Amino acid sequence: MRRLTQHALFWPALTLLLLLVASSVFNPSFLSLAWRDGHLFGSVIDILNRAAPLMVVSLGMTLVIAVRGLDISVGAVVAIAAAVAALMIGGNFNASGEVASKYPLWLALGAALAIAAACGLWNGLLVVKAGMQPIVATLILMVAGRGIAQLLTGGQIITVYYTPFFKLGNGFLLGLPVALWIAALLFAALHLLLSRTALGLFIRSIGGNPEAARVAGVRSSAITLCVYTFCGFAAGIAGLIISSNVKSADANNAGQLLELDAILAVTLGGTALTGGRFTLAGTVLGALIIQTLTSMIYSLGVPPEVNLVVKAALVFAVMLLQSPEFRALITGLARRGAAPP
Amino acid sequence: MSTVEPEIVLRARDIARAFPGVQALAGVELSLRAGEVHALMGQNGAGKSTLIKVLTGVYSPDAGTIELSGKIISPESPIHAQELGLSAVHQESHLLPNLSVAENICAGRYPRRPWTRGGGIDWRETHKRARELLAGLGIDLDVTQLAGGLPAALQQLATVARAVATDARVLILDEPTSSLDADEVQALFALIRRLRDKGVAILFVTHFLDQVYEICDRMTVLRNGKFVGEYPCAKLDARGLVAAMVGREVANAERTVTQAPADAVAKPPVLAAKDLSRRGHLKPMDIELRAGEVLGLAGLLGSGRTELARLLFALDERDSGEISIDGQVADLRGPADALELGLGFCPEDRKHSGIVAELSVRENIALALQARMGLRKFLKFSEQCALAEKLVAALGVKTASIETPIGQLSGGNQQKAIIARWLATHPRVLILDEPTRGIDVAAKQELMREVLALAQGGTAVLFISAEIEEVVRVSDRIMVLRDRSKAGELPRGSDEDAVYAMIASNSAA
Repeated sequence: MRRLTQHALFWPALTLLLLLVASSVFNPSFLSLAWRDGHLFGSVIDILNRAAPLMVVSLGMTLVIAVRGLDISVGAVVAIAAAVAALMIGGNFNASGEVASKYPLWLALGAALAIAAACGLWNGLLVVKAGMQPIVATLILMVAGRGIAQLLTGGQIITVYYTPFFKLGNGFLLGLPVALWIAALLFAALHLLLSRTALGLFIRSIGGNPEAARVAGVRSSAITLCVYTFCGFAAGIAGLIISSNVKSADANNAGQLLELDAILAVTLGGTALTGGRFTLAGTVLGALIIQTLTSMIYSLGVPPEVNLVVKAALVFAVMLLQSPEFRALITGLARRGAAPP
Repeated sequence: MSTVEPEIVLRARDIARAFPGVQALAGVELSLRAGEVHALMGQNGAGKSTLIKVLTGVYSPDAGTIELSGKIISPESPIHAQELGLSAVHQESHLLPNLSVAENICAGRYPRRPWTRGGGIDWRETHKRARELLAGLGIDLDVTQLAGGLPAALQQLATVARAVATDARVLILDEPTSSLDADEVQALFALIRRLRDKGVAILFVTHFLDQVYEICDRMTVLRNGKFVGEYPCAKLDARGLVAAMVGREVANAERTVTQAPADAVAKPPVLAAKDLSRRGHLKPMDIELRAGEVLGLAGLLGSGRTELARLLFALDERDSGEISIDGQVADLRGPADALELGLGFCPEDRKHSGIVAELSVRENIALALQARMGLRKFLKFSEQCALAEKLVAALGVKTASIETPIGQLSGGNQQKAIIARWLATHPRVLILDEPTRGIDVAAKQELMREVLALAQGGTAVLFISAEIEEVVRVSDRIMVLRDRSKAGELPRGSDEDAVYAMIASNSAA
């Protein structure tokens, strides 16, 4: 039992479980699943689908935090990637009355991801080469990025009519949402990268002990660049999923405050913001916790104007549950209360 | 000096303090006299820092008494000690860099304006007090300047001034000169002399023997937490002092610097550095390392051993000097360059800069080799396993498996695994900084055997240890450092006494 509670994923998993139980108490049909139109239906599937972009962004964020950085520009990068994809796909009715993409779909997606990765590289350069503090370096793109996205879209919401693009955010594969598959694939790829490549070994050694990595001859600046670039790339993927899901690109609102949710997901998952020991699985759990919370608030019918306050209160409770100091305080009080006077 | 024995201001009697597993202090005596500078001497781990922390109220003693001007005191915190008249200045200056000198000096004791004038801090009075204090100590300094903008030496002077601003009767200076150069040390000494002449009792802790003889009147020597004795500086010369610190008689014979054997000189050095220096860390020196030899580096703590090693491996930036490998000048800009050129470095601080605790033994061993191979060529999992298995067996690393996180291993086994990390790169030069620190005797023996085997295989080894006995045993040649510069070299077969003699030579006043 003790070993179980000391496992890195124990508290995030317990938190998620409690939230799921609470949700199913408020909404008895919460856990029910149905098979319809060749795929699964249900609140849980919904949550998984909606959590996918956050998972993807948070996975990138985990690596950045692991190498003792931070990227608060991911929300803006989401907006840029969405804008690029929407502009390049758009959708015109051709002669036969069908909707066609302006550019081939693969080119549009590739360009959006490449630009997102370039955004990440820019962040990395500011941190590594210009020596800026990560939060300040990425603050620049956080502000400028949304401006760039607005420039691209001319301040308008760009609507996409080309249906094959909708698969990313709304489609299903083997009964499960495509977005979830993407997140799972990314998770698996990262897991392999970290355990089975030189880059992974370096990232983990820099995260674990930057000074020891330096003494061992690891050139950490190149690794840090890679990590920031990847974080931008991941935000790009999330941008594609989000814009596909809403069938449009909204430069003002796409990915709004996503950076904070991502940081929260990483923290909830058990990775310290000071870097070092990190866990990808924990981050996935963290993203699921956040999405479950959000869905729960909606399904409870909390009025929109108090929505944020309720969410903050729940996040506060979750963070307390996960704080070792707080738990020690509670167990200490309980023990003192139980002891004979 | 008058014939009257000066008044004893501070007397600590029979001080004892234990930490889990260590008796840090036992039966320690210390008497500080008004108007005298008193040196506290001892090797690394002798208990100097613990004693200072007991005096300044950081730790409470398990036994013993502290008397200040005849009254028994028990300081509860450094601030309490300061209120009692006992101030301490530590190694690194502790001024707040974003406050002015005057603000720093008066911090916590700001003069206030009367409420009739609006209350708050009286800045004019603050500046005036700071100016008067500094002028009284002969320090010429603009008190409105930000402390962070001052050179290290002036910061150190201002720190001392702040310490005595509360009318301290006892001033403790813990390694105040360690980051100062010669001129700066003289400026600090001028201040110390001025304070001494004002009747302050000063306790001076340093590793520099010549400074002790320059400024101190008396010294107390500690060894392994025990009181060895109190001596007037005039009565105990440097050799006697070293002997008291290390606990053994040092032979009287002066050893001369001997050249290495001719056949070794014929081969070009694998690693050579000329005029290598870093301000405040190492004075310019030359060093040569030849293939297949073990060069021992001996010297007291603070003599520049680690500093030299770090400069050779390009971990710190050098101010001057040229490092060449096989006679060719090498462009060493960081440890990654050093690694590429075939150097290896086992750092002294295993936890902080050696192991990556969460990673497995296998990954820790593969790290340096992989770093040299770069990002594109990956050491396959099976290759890593084979490499780790081989080295773990060869060095006798005791671990449940090569997949165990290295942080779970004992210190000695962690050390061996870090050495394995460098052996995996087949280094041409391996620098071992205190490889035997904190590991048990049996592990030490095995490590020394490894070092010798490594040299036999043609690697040039730079072996650094605080334990002179170890250096003497494994080295083909011993380079002795003193006060951050090279004191000389000794040939193979020199005994410990010769090393101690060289450490002590030329430092007597």
